Amino acid sequence: MNVLNYIYFILVGFGVLFSFLRMLLGPTSADRLAALDTLNVVLTGTIVFLALVFKNGLYLDIALVYGLLSFVETVLIARYLEGKK
Amino acid sequence: MSFSVFIVTFFTWLLLTSFTDVKEILVGFFASLVVSVVMKRYYGIRFDLKFPLRVIKFIFIYLPVFIWKMILANFDVAFRVLNPSLPLNPGFVKVKTDLKKQSSKLMLANSITLTPGTLTLDVKEDELCIHWIDVKSLDEQIKKRKISGVFEKILKGVFE
Amino acid sequence: MIILGYIFIGIGAFFYFLGGLGILRMPDVYNRLQAGTKATTLGSFSVILGVGFVNMDYLPKALLIIAFIALTNPVGSSVLARAAYLIGIKPTAKTKVDECKGGDEI
Repeated sequence: MNVLNYIYFILVGFGVLFSFLRMLLGPTSADRLAALDTLNVVLTGTIVFLALVFKNGLYLDIALVYGLLSFVETVLIARYLEGKK
Repeated sequence: MSFSVFIVTFFTWLLLTSFTDVKEILVGFFASLVVSVVMKRYYGIRFDLKFPLRVIKFIFIYLPVFIWKMILANFDVAFRVLNPSLPLNPGFVKVKTDLKKQSSKLMLANSITLTPGTLTLDVKEDELCIHWIDVKSLDEQIKKRKISGVFEKILKGVFE
Repeated sequence: MIILGYIFIGIGAFFYFLGGLGILRMPDVYNRLQAGTKATTLGSFSVILGVGFVNMDYLPKALLIIAFIALTNPVGSSVLARAAYLIGIKPTAKTKVDECKGGDEI
C-alpha cells in the first residue's frame, strides 16, 4: 500500500500548496482567513490518515482536538475582523 | 440537573473512550454529572416520547437526501473549478423560511451551505441571506424551491 | 473492505486537491468560500470514513470526527462570509443582484 500513500500525499500536497499561495497572495484579510480555514480542514483529514500510516490510534484524538481548536480560531478571527471595520 | 444533557454528555464520553474499562466509565459518569448540573442553562436539548421517531426520521430521511445533495454539490464545484472559463453568475438573494426553532434554523443553514451553489451569509428573524453562485431567477417561488424546498419540509418533520 | 477504504481515501484526496484549486482560481471571497468549504467537507468525510473502513478499530471515533466536521465547517465559513460582507468587501464585477443591502447587525 506504499504507492497509495504517495498518491495521497502528492494530491494533498498540491491542494495545500494552492491554498498556501492564496494565503500569501490574498488581496484582503478575509481571503487569507478563507485559505487558512480550508488548510485547517485538509490538515485534520491528513492527521486522521497519519493514524493509518503510523498504525497509532492516538492520532485520532489529536485530529479531534485540532479540528475543535481550528473552528474556534476561525470564528474568533472572523469576529475580530467584523469589529475592526 | 437535567437528565437529557447527562445522557448526551455520557454518550459522547463513551464514544471518545473505551466501552470496556470500568474506571473510565466511572470517571465519565461523575464528569457528565457535574457538567449536566453546571451547564444546564446553556443546553436546549430536551427528550420526550417522540424522540425515537425523530431520530429514525433524521437517519432514514434527512441523511440520504443530504449526502446525495452533497455529492451533487461537489460535482458542481468540480465542474466549475476545472472549466477553463470559470462559469459564474453570482448574486446575493433573500429567502423566507417557516421554521421557528433556533436549532432547526441552524440545521437549515448548514444544509444550504453544503448543497449545490449556495452559501448562507446571515440568518435574521425569518429570512436567510444567501450567496448563490448561479442566479437562475428572482421569483419568490422558484428561489424557494431551488434553494431550500426539500430540506425545509424534512426538517419541519424532524425538529418541530 | 480494505480496498474499498483505500478507494474512499483516494477520492477524498482528489477533493482536497479540488478545494485548493478552487481557493486559488475563484475571483472573490464568497466564491472561494463556496468552493473551499464544499470540496473539503466531502473530502474529509471520504478520507475519514476510508480510514475507518481500513482499520475497524478506528470506526466509532472516525464517525464522531465526521459528525463534528459536518457541524462546525459550514458554521465557520458562514461566519467568515458574514464578516466579509459586513466589512464591505466588494464581490466580483460579475455579481448581478444584491438583495441583502442594509444587512448590518442581527
